[in-house]
Amino acid sequence: MFDEDKPIYRQIAEGIERDILTGVLDADEKVMSTNEYAAFYRINPATVGKAFQQLVDRGVLYKRRGIGMFVDAGALELLRKEHRRRFPADIIGPLLAEARAIGLSVGEVIEEIERIAPKEIQ
Amino acid sequence: MSMDIQVSSVGVEFSDTVALDGIDLSLAGDRIHGLLGRNGAGKSTLLSVMAGFRKPTAGEVFLDGMPVFENPNAMSQMCLIREVPDTLDASEKVSETLALTRRMRPSWDETLARDLLDRLDLDTGKKLGSLSRGKRAALGVVIGMATRAPVTMFDESYLGLDAPSRYVFYGAVLADFMERPRTFVISTHLIEEVASLFEEVTIIHRGRLLLQESADELTESGAEVVGPADIVDRFVADHTILASRSLGSTKAVTTTAPLDETWRRSAREGGLEVRPVPLQDLFIHLTGRGADDG
Repeated sequence: MFDEDKPIYRQIAEGIERDILTGVLDADEKVMSTNEYAAFYRINPATVGKAFQQLVDRGVLYKRRGIGMFVDAGALELLRKEHRRRFPADIIGPLLAEARAIGLSVGEVIEEIERIAPKEIQ
Repeated sequence: MSMDIQVSSVGVEFSDTVALDGIDLSLAGDRIHGLLGRNGAGKSTLLSVMAGFRKPTAGEVFLDGMPVFENPNAMSQMCLIREVPDTLDASEKVSETLALTRRMRPSWDETLARDLLDRLDLDTGKKLGSLSRGKRAALGVVIGMATRAPVTMFDESYLGLDAPSRYVFYGAVLADFMERPRTFVISTHLIEEVASLFEEVTIIHRGRLLLQESADELTESGAEVVGPADIVDRFVADHTILASRSLGSTKAVTTTAPLDETWRRSAREGGLEVRPVPLQDLFIHLTGRGADDG
């Protein structure tokens, strides 16, 4: 269920970030509860709590006492900014490393991207 | 009710061996604790001292400040399930054992017991003597869970359970813990499949406390770094190395380097793979051969 590459709480946090970025979770929408996460993934609720706390500290989620965790109104903007900043290192770097290994030029990579990219982001 | 356990300078000596040697330990209430150790490390002895079953040679155990040994007030708050059942009357039926436990334990939850009996496929009409090892273990799980003691301890209770039944057990611990927070202590040396249930991990080794830490922090206290040998060596030069293996020019090193974002990023940019070390591997490195020299 989890990949071995990252601590579980970070994977949970990244899953929520992904849901916000892709519009699965909207601003002020309630996130699944700690217990729901813990039961689903069979992990200690404290581990889920750690993921939530980090997202609260970063301004991605906010807590309503006794009700649960909600998506902060500024979360989407914040996450887009963060993920864009990391885009070169996280995505383009590995892409170029692979291109070099298999002998593709930057021009050919761009050509390939333009060929398969969906219309709405062209 | 939250129940803390305090183990204070506990030692246990048998005629020719020291089973526990000066254990100081505090287990916070309302958490799921993992008690890890190799065979013979002293897990079972420690649990029986904690449950008040055995008087330590030295030191004492307190539950919420109360000494546990020969103290009915403390012992009624605890339930220790051992691999070998305490009642060994082979002619007794499962239903009779359950009825006896129900009478002795006011917090007994019959609905939970029925549910687990069903999910673990345990026939209450059978005699204890005719149960397989797996079904005896299942009975222990039913009793430990349905007793709903504020402090519930399982000593290697998974032994003999098949994989589906073990997952019923883990699921039941977690679900019941969330419904009614209480203190669980689960001893095991098969760590991988239960690791994610633990909030705190205590490792004992050769009768001594090796470490106690939050499970998340423990998993992050180590990293496996994989890549070209020269780059790996440069990266881990300042860190303690727990294990190292090579495949041609590729090297994998298990180190106690922190897994924080900056470190991960610079390692990744240097062409290395950085992974957390599974709790089981960390345990093997910390208690394996050679671990005593450090």
